[in-house]
Amino acid sequence: MAGFLQGLGWDRRSSCRRWPAVMAVVAAMVLTAVAYAGAPAGDIPSGSLVQPQELAQALKSGEKPVVLYVGPKQFYVQAHIPGAEDMGAVGQPEGMAKLRARAAWLPKDGPVVIYCGCCPWDRCPNIRPAFAELKKLGFSKVRVLYIEKGFGVDWAEKGLPVAKGE
Amino acid sequence: MTLRRVIFLITAAVLAVGIYAGLQHSQRNAATSAKSSAGSRLPVSSANRPAAPELAFTDINGATVRTADYKGKVVLVNFWAAWCVPCAEEVPQFVALQKKYQEQGLQVIGISVEDDAGKLRDFCREHQVNYPIVPSDLRIADAFGGVLGLPTTFVIGRDSRIHGKQEGTVDFPKLEHEVVALLGPDAR
Repeated sequence: MAGFLQGLGWDRRSSCRRWPAVMAVVAAMVLTAVAYAGAPAGDIPSGSLVQPQELAQALKSGEKPVVLYVGPKQFYVQAHIPGAEDMGAVGQPEGMAKLRARAAWLPKDGPVVIYCGCCPWDRCPNIRPAFAELKKLGFSKVRVLYIEKGFGVDWAEKGLPVAKGE
Repeated sequence: MTLRRVIFLITAAVLAVGIYAGLQHSQRNAATSAKSSAGSRLPVSSANRPAAPELAFTDINGATVRTADYKGKVVLVNFWAAWCVPCAEEVPQFVALQKKYQEQGLQVIGISVEDDAGKLRDFCREHQVNYPIVPSDLRIADAFGGVLGLPTTFVIGRDSRIHGKQEGTVDFPKLEHEVVALLGPDAR
């Protein structure tokens, strides 16, 4: 094996000196991967998530976040978080355009919560594009409502407040 | 102990923690997927099963579909969308159920939410969907008591009453068992 590696130009002495640095880089990559993998949203860090009960409490407080719904309109009309603004399905071009237009009027350092709940969390086609876009636009306090299965199961049927209509 | 050896040991420990955490995450994801795949099931007791709504709608081929035409059959009403990945993954299994139990009196109806019409037709053609696909609207969702997420599947018995509502992905072996029970002796 050593002869094979030397044949590829691997120099044992100089590689031994570089070995700790290489392992430190690998360790840093692993730590980064674990940090992202630990979050239930994959590419949405855990620190950017808010649980339903927590958001429901925040909406009763004096410092309410701006809440943007980024899923299909049909679900919004049937039931949505009171005060949430309908952007439409942000996974579609029309919804993304509406989100960008709305974002242009919001302070970049103000609290914003986005949510969808159209289908199971890890397969939602709207929440990740919406989060990525707001981060790209410079929003520093954007959080995502974690809805594991759907808005009906994880919010409405838990007795949390809903509003209906457009 | 040399500095090099210390760095090596620390790095090895971090790698071990990382691999362990990754395995834990995979197991957690598998458990979550298993839970999610079971969906949220609301069995309806025989005493208060609501009547299934009577509706008429137009399917994607322009044909009129009336739920009254399916009286006496077991009907599965599946709210889904082609853009909804877990919903789309279920379609072949609904196609298989329809094929297997059609003669015995099963009827599947797919209600598609906010799908592009052209893409929906292409999807149905590609997957050889053998049951009516109807574009959803608020009237249909309201008639079923509100549908707030996908997929959502209603099970309607031969008595035209709603026997169950499944929010989330379907456990197909369980669903087939229920369908067979509702179809009665004809299914066996």
